[in-house]
Amino acid sequence: MTNPVRILVAKPGLDGHDRGAKVIAQGFRNAGMEVIYTGLRQTPEQIVHTAIQEDVQVIALSCLSGAHRYLFPKVMELLKSEGVDDIIVLAGGVIPEEDIANLKEAGIREVFTSGTPIKVMLEFINENTGPVGGVL
Amino acid sequence: MEQKNRELAAAKEQWEKNLREKILPRFPERKERFLTHSEIPVETLYTPLDTENTDYLEELGMPGEYPYTRGVQPTMYRGRTWTMRQYAGFGTAEETNRRFKYLLDRGQMGLSVAFDLPTQIGYDSDHPLSFGEVGKVGVAIDSLKDMETLFKGIPLDKVSTSMTINSPAAVLMAMYIVVGEKQGVSMEQLSGTIQNDILKEYIARGTYIYPPEPSMRLITDTFEYCSAHLPNWNSISISGYHIREAGSTAVQEMAFTIANGIAYVEAAIKAGLDIDEFAPRLSFFFNAHLNFFEEIAKFRAARRIWARIMKDRFGAKNPKSLMLRFHTQTAGCTLTAQQPDVNIIRVACQALSAVLGGTQSLHTNSRDEALALPSEDSVLIALRTQQVIAYETGVTDTVDPLGGSYFVEDLTNRVEKAAMDYINRIEAIGGAVRAIEEGFQQMEIMDSAYKYQLEIESEERVVIGVNRFQIEERSPQDLLRVDPVLEENQRRKLSQLKQERDPLAVSGSLDRLKEAATGTGNLMPLILEAVRAYATLGEICDVLRDVFGEYQQKAIF
Repeated sequence: MTNPVRILVAKPGLDGHDRGAKVIAQGFRNAGMEVIYTGLRQTPEQIVHTAIQEDVQVIALSCLSGAHRYLFPKVMELLKSEGVDDIIVLAGGVIPEEDIANLKEAGIREVFTSGTPIKVMLEFINENTGPVGGVL
Repeated sequence: MEQKNRELAAAKEQWEKNLREKILPRFPERKERFLTHSEIPVETLYTPLDTENTDYLEELGMPGEYPYTRGVQPTMYRGRTWTMRQYAGFGTAEETNRRFKYLLDRGQMGLSVAFDLPTQIGYDSDHPLSFGEVGKVGVAIDSLKDMETLFKGIPLDKVSTSMTINSPAAVLMAMYIVVGEKQGVSMEQLSGTIQNDILKEYIARGTYIYPPEPSMRLITDTFEYCSAHLPNWNSISISGYHIREAGSTAVQEMAFTIANGIAYVEAAIKAGLDIDEFAPRLSFFFNAHLNFFEEIAKFRAARRIWARIMKDRFGAKNPKSLMLRFHTQTAGCTLTAQQPDVNIIRVACQALSAVLGGTQSLHTNSRDEALALPSEDSVLIALRTQQVIAYETGVTDTVDPLGGSYFVEDLTNRVEKAAMDYINRIEAIGGAVRAIEEGFQQMEIMDSAYKYQLEIESEERVVIGVNRFQIEERSPQDLLRVDPVLEENQRRKLSQLKQERDPLAVSGSLDRLKEAATGTGNLMPLILEAVRAYATLGEICDVLRDVFGEYQQKAIF
């Protein structure tokens, strides 16, 4: 019996597009994961704080406003300064391909742009969270 | 008539037995059930039997006449086509001013301003929460100064301007009024729209600032001010667009929007306004999605429902109070990042449904919007799509060309009925505001959105390039980038403004606004005064935050 994956679905910045975040949150929950959703307008500080408090293994960041180039690396920076290196950070939203390399360099493990099926994300999470993996 | 219908019913039965059922074993239908996006069943065939109970004059009437099912004007596009109005804005006011002029030079008829998120949420560009967001999804406006730049060289008596601004709508409208004054254009001459629709922000779009009650007060203040001073200004654009983008069905989109409309009318009446004074300036904004005929039925049914509610429930007498006039935008959420040029075709179909549904103005999305803000070339194709429909296809040559289609009339009736069921459920909860507080609309939308996603993943719903007909692609070129330097420039301009303006005029006007906000009088004159003194948007909104408090959304999923 494995423990379910704990995952934080987070909306950094001022972006109000939460359809994608809510859809994946439901998908993750239905796959047996423990999902915490932050709601809108979270600062990178709030997201990192919640992730540590809730002891999650995965953070899924969603941003469709174009502010990902500033906000996503900021989350990574704060995690690092908190000494956290074992949380897998994933990203989604309207993210041009040319930005993906930079985000990965900042420590984002994978970027799932629009049109990615939930099952692809689930597979990725299961493959990368080791023995505590969720149920597909 | 009855004899004829009996003959018809018999003939249809024969057809069913002799033709349809015989070929079905050899040529089965593609699906067991055919459904619209709102899950209304679609039959193989429609005949006059499906509309035999329709009382033409009661249900449809003449265009320009109650209940306006066929259109709000007597001649519709034979007189003038809809207003082609592309939503645009990014970076700084200078940048967006250039894009506006580009569009006007190419035949666009009205402007539609996209503001960045800090502007929409009432933060100046130097607010900590604004970092990374300045100029991203729209133009950054910190003060009257930016607004002057935005409309430089664009005579406000010659264009109509729609502004997608909600919580701080009164402030942006005040800025527009003052820009007009400085150009020598009076308020009576200004024509345009503020979105000013807070309820759908709580439901779906997310750029709220204040709690519902003071937000509704700001809205009724603008209603009152507009009916007294801006006869050609739409004081609200009650919007289903974003509800649909958040994943609702067509029926939910229309029903939740009408329910919000009812809430605004009730708030205005409660504030002492006369219905026939403000109702003629209410306007609507809908989404044009992919299920072609259901979209057309939605637009037609919306006009009929609104006319009846205004007449029967609110006792409006002025015909203009009964007319549901609307803007349409094609569905951004249907655009795919895969094979982006295919989006041009999706947009064309959606735009056609809006036109066949009788829209008053239209925005067509650009092919590259699933990837970034649209490039100039993509915006041009989107505008040209409207021009082809308007000037080449002939669909504009008669009013409501699908009126009388057995299918479309039946579907219009069914969409109307399903929407009324929702509207009545919301009434039973205690109205739109109460239902929002309980999360009713939000939950309904979320369920529909999740279902839609599962349908795509199970391939029950086909999305070309995503789950069918995929190809290996090169990554797209020539996407628009907002230069990060613009954000720094914007903050520099803001700090310069703060040094140049008269600080006493600013603080005096803000103090007076604060005092008025604690009372019940109309806030528009005080907002105008603060704007004229070059108080910033953030300063004005902060004063109101102090008095009104801030809305906290419940994070439900």
